[in-house]
Amino acid sequence: MLLSITTTYQPATDLGYLLGKHPGRFQTKALPFGNAHVFFPEANENTCTACLILELNPVELLKSGNNHFDGGFQLEHFVNDRPYVASSFLTTAISKIFGSALNGNCKERPGLAETHIPLVVDLPCLPARGGEALIRKFFEPLGYAVDVTQHPLDDQFTSWGNSPYFTVRLQQTIKLQDLLSHLFVLIPAIDHNKHYHMGREEIEKLLDKGGEWLKAHPEQEYITRRYLKNRSALAQAAITRLAGEDEQAEPEEQENLKERIEKAKLHDIRLRAVIEQLKASGARSVLDLGCGEGKLIRMLVPHGQFEKIRGMDISIRSLQNAQRRLNLNDATPAMRERIALFHGSLTYRDDRLQGFDAAALVEVIEHLDEARLDAMEKVLFGHARPGTVVVTTPNGEYNVLFEGMSEGKFRHSDHRFEWTRSQFQAWCDRVCDAHGYQAEVLPLGDEDETHGAPSQMAVFRQL
Amino acid sequence: MWNDKKYEIGPFDIIGDVHGCYHELKELLEKLGYKITKHRERNVFDQHFGYTVKAPKGASRKVIFVGDYVDRGPASNEVLRLVMSMAKQGTAICVPGNHDDKLNRKIGGSDVQMRHGLKQTWEQLATEPPEFLKAVRKFLEGLISHYVFDNGRLVVAHAGLRENMHGRASAEVRAFCLYGETTGETDEFGLPVRYNWAKEYRGRAMVVYGHTPVLHPEWLNNTIDIDTGCVFGGQLTALRYPERELVSVQAKKVYYEPTRPLMAAAPALSLQQEDDDLLHIADVMGKRIISTRLMTNVIVREENSAAALEVMSRFAINPKWLVYLPPTMSPGETSAHPDYLERPEEVFGYFQKIGVQQVVCEEKHMGSRAVVAICKDEAAANRRFGVRNEGIGKVWTRTGRSFFPDGDALEAAFLKRFCEALYKAGFWEKHQTGWALFDCELMPWSAKAQGLITNQYAAVGASAKAALPTVLSALKAAEARGVAMDGLVEEYVQRLGMAEQFTSAYRRYCWEVASLDDYRLAPFHLLATEGKAHFDKKHDWHMAEIHAICEHDPRFLLATPYHLVDFQELETVTAAIAWWESLTSNGGEGMVVKPLDFIAGSESGKLAQPALKCRGREYLRIIYGPEYTLPRNLQLLKKRNLGQKRSMAAREFALGVEGLERFVRKEPLRRVHECVFGVLAMETEGVDPRL
Repeated sequence: MLLSITTTYQPATDLGYLLGKHPGRFQTKALPFGNAHVFFPEANENTCTACLILELNPVELLKSGNNHFDGGFQLEHFVNDRPYVASSFLTTAISKIFGSALNGNCKERPGLAETHIPLVVDLPCLPARGGEALIRKFFEPLGYAVDVTQHPLDDQFTSWGNSPYFTVRLQQTIKLQDLLSHLFVLIPAIDHNKHYHMGREEIEKLLDKGGEWLKAHPEQEYITRRYLKNRSALAQAAITRLAGEDEQAEPEEQENLKERIEKAKLHDIRLRAVIEQLKASGARSVLDLGCGEGKLIRMLVPHGQFEKIRGMDISIRSLQNAQRRLNLNDATPAMRERIALFHGSLTYRDDRLQGFDAAALVEVIEHLDEARLDAMEKVLFGHARPGTVVVTTPNGEYNVLFEGMSEGKFRHSDHRFEWTRSQFQAWCDRVCDAHGYQAEVLPLGDEDETHGAPSQMAVFRQL
Repeated sequence: MWNDKKYEIGPFDIIGDVHGCYHELKELLEKLGYKITKHRERNVFDQHFGYTVKAPKGASRKVIFVGDYVDRGPASNEVLRLVMSMAKQGTAICVPGNHDDKLNRKIGGSDVQMRHGLKQTWEQLATEPPEFLKAVRKFLEGLISHYVFDNGRLVVAHAGLRENMHGRASAEVRAFCLYGETTGETDEFGLPVRYNWAKEYRGRAMVVYGHTPVLHPEWLNNTIDIDTGCVFGGQLTALRYPERELVSVQAKKVYYEPTRPLMAAAPALSLQQEDDDLLHIADVMGKRIISTRLMTNVIVREENSAAALEVMSRFAINPKWLVYLPPTMSPGETSAHPDYLERPEEVFGYFQKIGVQQVVCEEKHMGSRAVVAICKDEAAANRRFGVRNEGIGKVWTRTGRSFFPDGDALEAAFLKRFCEALYKAGFWEKHQTGWALFDCELMPWSAKAQGLITNQYAAVGASAKAALPTVLSALKAAEARGVAMDGLVEEYVQRLGMAEQFTSAYRRYCWEVASLDDYRLAPFHLLATEGKAHFDKKHDWHMAEIHAICEHDPRFLLATPYHLVDFQELETVTAAIAWWESLTSNGGEGMVVKPLDFIAGSESGKLAQPALKCRGREYLRIIYGPEYTLPRNLQLLKKRNLGQKRSMAAREFALGVEGLERFVRKEPLRRVHECVFGVLAMETEGVDPRL
């Protein structure tokens, strides 16, 4: 909400010319989401400070139907930090209030706009969930001296720890235009909480303001992705264009985050192993239980052996995505007969699950509370009773080998458990005993001598 | 139709397979209060076949026999005389069993195999005069496959009957009534494997049947098999209707060795509980229309049940515990007072307007809503809730999630402490129960809502505190330079003050929880105990019952302060308003106002809101934001639409009450779950979360 810019360039009051604002006046401009005020708490030959305050009123924002907020109707839309923090609302205000300075124009002092002058920026409250390191990583490569102070969440509850809010001071002798364009791109990228829906024009804005310096920034990709709030398709397009290529060119192979690649690789190994087992079982009809967005199904489709493929998921949103990704809406009647998706739950008995040769549960069971597994077992092994059941789940022992994973944590926030190899084996044995199956447990991924493979798979066959 | 006896409304004593066990039948009838006179002249046949049986004194009871009067036992002929006498005199109604059918064919001259006890029957009948055999033939010929009684509430058939066959007549229906549904498969004893139609049964009518001997009669989906294998040395059993009581007599001896042993190991769970382990998706999915006692039909929309299925499957506790979810609660109408959004006057106004004369005002604790199921011991939990190894109870939230993490030792300690207080209060004896269900508030708020508090409330406070002082000093510096600041300095002084008020507002409801000693439980409804849902008790009864428990552990159990208000006694109204003002000015959340009757209707017969909340001015800062009290904001916020919230609250209340009453009546879990599921589905509707 507050941005202050101070210069010690002499005469310091020239800052007023650069920003196009008179240091002796208090000025207000109404913006669609609130009033912006500009004033100068200090203005003399030696030092001059300009302040921009943006007043946001969540109550009014919502009432006017001016719904800038992303997503549904949540309490956080009424009680939130937006009125107090530097966010994309503030950078939008920068572009509206200091527009010509941001474009490098200055009628009164054209030369000064091209001059590097000593500038200090103060942001009393910048939200940075990536912490101090992120702020430094983004600003320091651009030549700033960076000063940050983190605020506690509540000084009466020290156990709650620190807040994500930082008071930040940036200093550099630099052109004002460059400084403003850095803020324009980096404040939203650090805040990572854009207030309106992202469109193509966001890419234009980013490229326009980020242009040259962003291409050279070591964190270019990261900044782009955060600015565009991880909308991967858009981020992909922007990254490609920054790299100077046509937007239409190969969007693959751009993701270079090591972790994601590792994850994707493991998932691929897992799916291939599951398909091998399904093929070897001789199954003609297959159920993908917890099919998610349909990745396994897509890989099953080319295999003619599978005459009937059904995917079930508990999430309607996932099913809609799967429906789209598998192009089922435009599929031929024969294709639609062969492949279909339905909404269902593994904890309710369901006659639609009966009569299949095989079922796959890829990374599904760990999303159920252990206390509810009993119901799932009865639904699947007791009632549906496919001839073959392939189950994969993480091997919790392997977690110690993941960098940056703290002890007792799981690989996904929704995992209710991550079993060791012996826990998984014990569960398989119990299921087999209770329901008349036999099971073989296999490792998935490269095996470590002491901790085993990252993932594990059990293949159940009905006796 | 011949099978229509809907006008026969009972009461009845329905008796299982007799199979010639005359002595046991006589003993059972006498135990049930029937007077049996044996006549010397036995072959007159115009009035009786040797007996006169009178209903118990002063009662209009009748016997219904489920068939299989003959074969295997020592005196099939005598049983026929007794049963036929009763039928003739109108004290018994009979349906045929497969054995009776076979005997009939034998008498008619068919060439039937003399197996399964028919040989004994034939020998016993040989001692009777030929006219009697003719009468038997006439009796058996006249038996109708099954009957529908009591306006469709009761169906009796020898081997049970699927819903779609009730009241129908065809060869197929008759075969089902006599033999049940078989798949043609045989088991290891060479007996037909019976398809368990009762598992699939979803009908409203109670179905009482026999045919398959069981060790103990057990309810399953409102059906019951009362053949307890008397002729195999078991018992002869009667079901009293509508009381649902079982009365049995022990067989004098094993008259016939069973092919399949009757005595399977007694299962830990009842048949119904075993069946309840697996709810059927067809019982919850799609558009549902649920009939409730308080509202004829509550409609659950398809998209809401779909959303609820996801929430239920991913986050909810074992549905066997989850027998109740509390309804949402609406605030009162927006206050006419310029500085307030909510005040007691409007809340009282609502109840007065619909004709409710007395209300109770209970302090609203700022914690998290929690429903607590608690049992005397684990055995009681297993018995009543049909769970295994899940401790003595469960604590869950408004959305059916476990309050404590899965398997947390804290939950066990929490329940143990509550249970000890119940023992000390003599609660279990007083209420003649092994379990109870309480509606509560669990403090502190920060115990369950830590994520919400740190991510949202504390964050807003911290960001305001980081930003506003800096802004204010910049504004002041500019003003000191002589710049006209357009009143902005004063405005920011005010904003800083409101941010501080905001922080103190949420802080009041937070404290660190290191151990059980840091929790406070404030129960406010004793929802149910064995055989009783306490919705028929007034709220002052609930308060008194609960205060009597809280006394025994006041550090842990919070007795909720409350005021009774009678709108005809003005001083009770002003006292309650003054109480609310003092509560809220000390930072309290406010109060909840309920009609004194748990279930109240308006004069027009519409269901009254079960409760309205009236929240304090400072508390509302955490709901509407730090600056909501600014006049321009208040003005905007005063336009609130309560209609949808109220309608949801009423529907959820009706469903909650219905579900728990079904649970108390020991209905199948799916019937309870359907209501709980409905409440959760209602909650997926988008409604202003600030209300």
